[in-house]
Amino acid sequence: MKEKIEALRIEIESAMENTQTSRALYELKLKFQAELKVVMSGMRDLSKEERPAFGKLVNEFKQGMEEKFEARAVVVKQKEMEEKYASERIDITMPGKTVKKGALHPITLVKNELIDIFSGMGFKVFEGPEIETDYYNFTALNTPKDHPARDMQDTFYIAENLLLRTQTSAGQIRVMEKTKPPIKILSPGRVFRSDDDATHSPMFHQMEGLVVDKGITLCDLQGMLGEFAKRMFTSSTKVRLRPSYFPFTEPSVEVDLSCSECGGKGCRLCKGTGWIEVLGAGMVNRHVLENCGVDPDEYTGFAFGMGIERIAMLKYGINNIKTLFENDTRFLKQFEE
Amino acid sequence: MKAPFSWLKDYVDIDISADELAEKLFSCGFEVEELIYLGEKINKVVVGEVKALTPHPDSDHMQICVVDCGEEYGRELQIVTGASNVYVGMKTPCALDGSTVVESDERVLEKNPDAVKKIKKGKLRGVESFGMLCSGEELGINDDFYKGAEFDGLLDLEKTAPVGEDIKKIVGLDDWIFDISVTANRPDCQCILGIAREVAAVLKKPLKQPNYSYTERATSADKIIVEVQDSELCPRYVGHYVESVSGGETPSWMRKRLALSGIRSISPIVDITNFVLLEMGQPMHAFDADELAGRKIIVRRAKDGEKIVTLDEKEFTLNKENLVICDGDKPVALAGVMGGLNSGVKDTTKNVYFESAKFARDNVRKTSRALGQSSDSSSRFEKGVDAYTNGYGMARALHLIEELGCGVVTDMKADECSADLTPRKMKASVSKINALLGIVVPDEEILEILKNLDFKPELNGDTLTVEIPGYRDDVDGYPDLAEEIIRMYGYEHLTPTFLEKASVTEGGLSLTQKKELHLKRVLCGQGYLEAYNYSFYSPKDFDLMKLSADACERNAVKILNPISEELSVMRTFLAPSMLANAVRNIRRGNDVGREFEIANVYYPSQTEDSAQPIEKRKLVLGVWGGKNDFFDLKGGVEKISELFHVDFTYERAEKSYLHPGVSAKVICNKKVVGELGELDPAIALSLGLDKKVYLGELDLDELERVLDDSVRYVNLPKFPAVERDLALIADEQLTCAQIEEVLLHSCKYVTKAVLFDVYRGGQVPEGKKSMAFTLTFTPDMSAEKAFTPEVLDGFVKKILNNLKFKLGIELR
Repeated sequence: MKEKIEALRIEIESAMENTQTSRALYELKLKFQAELKVVMSGMRDLSKEERPAFGKLVNEFKQGMEEKFEARAVVVKQKEMEEKYASERIDITMPGKTVKKGALHPITLVKNELIDIFSGMGFKVFEGPEIETDYYNFTALNTPKDHPARDMQDTFYIAENLLLRTQTSAGQIRVMEKTKPPIKILSPGRVFRSDDDATHSPMFHQMEGLVVDKGITLCDLQGMLGEFAKRMFTSSTKVRLRPSYFPFTEPSVEVDLSCSECGGKGCRLCKGTGWIEVLGAGMVNRHVLENCGVDPDEYTGFAFGMGIERIAMLKYGINNIKTLFENDTRFLKQFEE
Repeated sequence: MKAPFSWLKDYVDIDISADELAEKLFSCGFEVEELIYLGEKINKVVVGEVKALTPHPDSDHMQICVVDCGEEYGRELQIVTGASNVYVGMKTPCALDGSTVVESDERVLEKNPDAVKKIKKGKLRGVESFGMLCSGEELGINDDFYKGAEFDGLLDLEKTAPVGEDIKKIVGLDDWIFDISVTANRPDCQCILGIAREVAAVLKKPLKQPNYSYTERATSADKIIVEVQDSELCPRYVGHYVESVSGGETPSWMRKRLALSGIRSISPIVDITNFVLLEMGQPMHAFDADELAGRKIIVRRAKDGEKIVTLDEKEFTLNKENLVICDGDKPVALAGVMGGLNSGVKDTTKNVYFESAKFARDNVRKTSRALGQSSDSSSRFEKGVDAYTNGYGMARALHLIEELGCGVVTDMKADECSADLTPRKMKASVSKINALLGIVVPDEEILEILKNLDFKPELNGDTLTVEIPGYRDDVDGYPDLAEEIIRMYGYEHLTPTFLEKASVTEGGLSLTQKKELHLKRVLCGQGYLEAYNYSFYSPKDFDLMKLSADACERNAVKILNPISEELSVMRTFLAPSMLANAVRNIRRGNDVGREFEIANVYYPSQTEDSAQPIEKRKLVLGVWGGKNDFFDLKGGVEKISELFHVDFTYERAEKSYLHPGVSAKVICNKKVVGELGELDPAIALSLGLDKKVYLGELDLDELERVLDDSVRYVNLPKFPAVERDLALIADEQLTCAQIEEVLLHSCKYVTKAVLFDVYRGGQVPEGKKSMAFTLTFTPDMSAEKAFTPEVLDGFVKKILNNLKFKLGIELR
């Protein structure tokens, strides 16, 4: 029996020396276990007295071999890993893989930024219809049929009484009709004017803001726009109000911001004036409040409106409004966030 | 509105520079869009006196002059001239060495209409010349600026012109034109006097009114009766008879004023009407009184089909929407637009009937637009003329008749007025004005400002009483007064506050708005660029998309007054715009691209034409070029279903503009919510595209309706799900969806079946394909143990049986 064990030991040990992979070592172990079983089955032929000694021998043998297997396994594993490391070596200077990201349109970017700024001040976003009635777009905004201000905007009509809205101010009325003050809304969207040349596009976007509450003043308008200017442009941006005219506000103001390019010193962007005209605003006209069932003796309010394209053009230095609607991928890709 | 500086100075003592005045005007609401210096092109040109002349030795038409240009520029300058009207003792403009004058060479002007000519000393046929003597043309002026300026030769200046003086001062070029943008609420400032009123107020100086005085003389002529039949369209009509009109020349001061405004002098009578329009903003008309049949002037609506020939010899057929001025028989003027040829003032006119009226602005505008006929008068009326000025305009014209001595003002006159001319009084609370502004303007400031603006203010405690000037139709409430006060007081006095008294409100986007933004970002993550297209396109786009004649997309909202046919119908679907983007990009060499747009489409109201159209939010995807195929586009659509937490199924679509074999409709909750596919190759061919374009369009409103945005947690099963891959041999015509359907319904534990490979050829027989799916088996929540291999084998066997039975599919 001893001889048999010895023979098995020699056979397995020499085979073990040659194993190069975990798999081969595993298979050898299976073989060893099988053959050990055969050896152990010979125990039946032994006498009762011989059996304990033999059992002890086999156990020692088995234990010893298993230790050897384990030791070999460490060696083989080490080798295998080294091979793996070598075979998987890559040229780490090759370019990395990226998912080609798309981009939001600059109009959306500016719109989002405006919404972020104003929603932090308590403004909700309201989107009205783009095809409006004459009433909401003009009449309710204190611009009756024969009003000269209608000449300020060339309007696309689709029926006697229906038109493509020329201003997002139309949304003001819809909100005020349905909501009681305090009101703070922001109304962004497409507007349309029959104007098509180098600086005008027949479709563009506006962002209208409206605040109606008790005790709202022109100073509040200036304060809020100052806050907006600082967040949208730079912390040193200044606001200048000057008189203007819109039928739906009184007093009306044109709002200039100090030129972000030259900081107000005067440059080509601001045509040497140091100021850039950015938006129109004013205290909501009493007639407009009345038209919406808001008591003008109890409430006052202000409204402001700006062209989103204009802000985008100022912010990104885009010089032709038409570029915004050509959707050239080389243009759009530049706005990846 | 163009206002010459020199003219404004007639009414106000302006002691600041033109630039400073422009600043002042800007601050009170009158933006000077352009400040034009008339002498811009003329430099170093002075008055010279010709002292001696000698013929040029080598020329028979040139002469050598000795010119005295004063101490500073030289007492004895030698200048050669070719002008034949030069004489000793002549005073004429002398352009010195290094000077500039207006270019008169037409070949140069053709290229640059603003060209200037530089004058340098040089030799003319061997004789030195230290400058150039100039004509009026070289100074850019005509006879209206300076008498004799149009003469073809040297400008013969008055003998009183001081030698060495800057020529601009002599000929009236040392002046500025303020091109002022006047807001629509201030038609009273569409004239020199109106601007002067503002200048006076902002400079806190008195306004010097023009002279309105005249003397009426009795006339023996038969009375001309004025009858206004439509007082709504003509609230006031002032008429006055002037007889013994003489021709002759308009004085230079008036000609110059007109010239500064770009108007040529015609005759004293016509010049006076033009002058009053410029000065007072009142359009005037002069009829040849002897041509008025029946000694009558009737203001009425035209009869349908009535005809008139206007002064410019154009004939118009009128209708009852047009207001006309008629004599006893016929229309003699198109009210507010233009006079009739039959009654216009001619050289032979002896007596005139002046008209100074107010016509309703929208009626003048409508008539002017409808007939395509306009004039300085009509554009003035369209802005709004006030009844108050009608009288002053007439008085001013009559004064000028006397001043110019070109006629006799008679006592035959008319004033048909239905407008209320009594001054409007208004009361306002000072504290309310201050509350609107947010600051306290001192009472004395308020009073001074309103006084300077001619509001005749009185203050009694908090109550301010004002009389609104007759020309200020725009003022009707205390906010108007607040504006008047703050624009003169100065916006710099406002102190920024941040809604001190307002309530706190909650802001932000609605759920739908947030979702849309999220969707945009998800698409960006998929490599899509966001596009913005116009909301309108051409009806030809429908043909391009091969829409059938009765396709619902053709039922579009049409613009009545489009810019062009190309932009005349509102979009009913977005695909044509996206296709246009793809085509534009491919033509520009942007061979590969992905874009999306989210925008409204518009459907005419189903109920009635005058009802507001329906607006629906849509998403369009466009993918072109590169390795992109149908499944890239579909991947984008699947991402959207994930975002909206909905399941999409796909069925073959029949869309006129999509490839019939490579297009699908997207179904969600049994409703078609969109379609996607490859652009019909026939359309691609017609556009000359060498790249494939894929288009997909989804109805976002529909998706939002089914959107379930609540996140619900499901307990995790105790035992893990197990995956099994199956490679199946299926008939070529079987679709992935058909097989998935059977896979998902043959065993309740199959929770997912995902195709990961399609293979044809090799051991796969003709007409068959191999499709490999990964099946996910998920144990019940209540399961007591994990699936054993044997159990899984049983499931698979059942599935395979079903596949074979239902679809004839074998395991590969």
